[in-house]
Amino acid sequence: MSGNIEPILMPKWGLAMEEGMLVEWQVEEGDTIEKGQEIADIETTKITNAFESPMSGQLRRFVTMDGETVPVGFLLAVCAEDDVDDAEIDGYVRDFKDNFVLDEAAAGAAEPETVEILPGQSIRYMTMGSGGAEPILFVHGFGGGFDNWMLNQEALSENLQTYAVDLPGHGGSTKQVGDGDLASMTDMLHSFMTVMKIERAHLVGHSMGGGIALDLAYRYPSQVASLSLIAPVGFGSDINMEYIDGFITQTRARKLRAVIELLVDDPTGISPDMIEEIIKYKRLDGVGPALERLRDSIMPNGQQARLLNDRLDDLVVPAQVFWGQNDKIIPASHAEGLPERIRVNLYDNTGHMPHMERANEVNALISAIANG
Amino acid sequence: MSVKSYRQAFNEAIRQEMERDERVIVMGEDISGGMGAPGEDDAWGGVLGVTKGLMPQFGRERVLDTPISESAFIGCAAGAAATGLRPVAELMFVDFMGVCFDQIFNQAAKFRYMFGGKAVTPLVIRTMYGAGFRAASQHSQCLYPLFTHIPGLKVALPSNAYEAKGLMTQAIRDDDPVVIFEHKAMYDEEMEVPDEAYGIPFGEANVTREGDDVTLVAFGRMVNLANEAADSLSASGITCTVVDPRTTSPLDTETILETVSETGRLVVIDEAHPRCNMATDISALVSQEIFSDLKAPVKMVTSPHCPVPFSPALEDLYIPSTAKIEAAVREVLGKGH
Repeated sequence: MSGNIEPILMPKWGLAMEEGMLVEWQVEEGDTIEKGQEIADIETTKITNAFESPMSGQLRRFVTMDGETVPVGFLLAVCAEDDVDDAEIDGYVRDFKDNFVLDEAAAGAAEPETVEILPGQSIRYMTMGSGGAEPILFVHGFGGGFDNWMLNQEALSENLQTYAVDLPGHGGSTKQVGDGDLASMTDMLHSFMTVMKIERAHLVGHSMGGGIALDLAYRYPSQVASLSLIAPVGFGSDINMEYIDGFITQTRARKLRAVIELLVDDPTGISPDMIEEIIKYKRLDGVGPALERLRDSIMPNGQQARLLNDRLDDLVVPAQVFWGQNDKIIPASHAEGLPERIRVNLYDNTGHMPHMERANEVNALISAIANG
Repeated sequence: MSVKSYRQAFNEAIRQEMERDERVIVMGEDISGGMGAPGEDDAWGGVLGVTKGLMPQFGRERVLDTPISESAFIGCAAGAAATGLRPVAELMFVDFMGVCFDQIFNQAAKFRYMFGGKAVTPLVIRTMYGAGFRAASQHSQCLYPLFTHIPGLKVALPSNAYEAKGLMTQAIRDDDPVVIFEHKAMYDEEMEVPDEAYGIPFGEANVTREGDDVTLVAFGRMVNLANEAADSLSASGITCTVVDPRTTSPLDTETILETVSETGRLVVIDEAHPRCNMATDISALVSQEIFSDLKAPVKMVTSPHCPVPFSPALEDLYIPSTAKIEAAVREVLGKGH
């Protein structure tokens, strides 16, 4: 009978997550829950976020209570049909706890890898999942890294292979950014695809990464299966230089935090560890000059240098755009007036990071476009 | 990114700077070991192994075992720095400063000033400090306040492996004499440290905990104890801000004053003797600048004014502990805590 009992486990959000705190359940024992429904708030050292149910069913038992911290993979709750009695659930929970071993290999299963795209220039990337005709390739924005997709990559790796890169100048990749313009970043991303033998991919790009993805789709249309652009550059000239300059120049946690808070509508989820990680990244040799070069080429004189939306009619691949109505970096008005065949998804109470702030909804739409 | 010890972090910083800049050399007693003798090469790598592996990679031209004469080789390093090299000299234990201090405080520290700004002295002196190693009173002292006192010297106290690599790298790239203090009881402590080179700017404090009730300012190894005390106190509802100034010269007075203003209470933790140390210095700074923000008298947690005992039981009592820090925090919070 216990075949009808389904566990809900502590998710793994990002590379560094080993445990999480269940801040608060948003549902009650006995509730019927839907897959994708926000059922709890979970806090990691980096971020606090809504946890969406991985399944539909009747939530019979909370195992991890409000305020408790448990390892990745530990039992949070149990779902079961009415015909499963409480004693069976007790037994299931007891067995789970008795047999649970802190599997460090599983907790840190995926590790980023590095590949050389040019002599002396390497790209760090994270790959997960397998299968599917064409993989998903995630491209982060200015100052970001592969871990920006912590709420997306694993969720979208169920039946597809996925890649998330550190762009040149970022994370563990080369700090050489060429001319620092979108075209040279596109060249380097294309080199990555060539070296990795990725012939065609579903591109998911955020902000600057959205511009790179779109540029790649124009230049190599046969290699792009679909485009999901999240608050991309290239759709208008506005960009908040207070954010860009602040990100480059602020070295102290408090002042940098005020800058990073511009990214999201509700900044309470940003943890001190997340700020500390950005500061550590910015200290690495070569990062400062790389970021300045990207800024000076992609947004000189306080404006975006290159508009990419005038050729959207040339696009042959399926494309969709995501934007938060309260985006304080690139205004959501840039999503207006796009060709009808491009689906535009606007979110209320959302800032520049819909893939984190509205992860479930964004994941569902990326999954839909990538799985045809 | 990989897990590295405090020891490996120093070694990696020096190695990467030697690879980047051929003017960087290292020198000191037994920093490789075996020079000029028929025995095993690089047998020591420094008395606690921090510089092991540098000589095989960079050769005897750049990794110099020196005679047991601190005044000679520290003076030699100061001269080499003034004439174009970037020496990293190891003063094995800071307790030995007495025999070479003239070269440091009256020569290296003064060159830039005495030559009207025309001379730079990119000298780094690495030195071990601190108690807890059962090494008795002549090998266990915390003499960084003496160096902090001298204008023209910069003084860094890395509090973990990440800080060690970044501050060591910054010290080598700095054009002034820098004395970097390595706590000998921390060499095996490990954490994630980036593989790439990076520097941590001097004079920028690290706020390792943020709280509302008390600000703890701690130096070197004491930062870890302050963090532990803060974590333990938070279980009873007392939250502390912990400030690691990273360098005592230059000193990030702005962060100290700002965080003490916010909590209104200060406990300074300093392993050095209590007279004329960093704790008295920070206490003076706070009472002079923001006296009216204080809700309680400042409390200092230091070692006592006596030599470091050789008796293990007494040595353990001598060193500031998390229990002493917690007691001091409760004391500044007043009755009911």
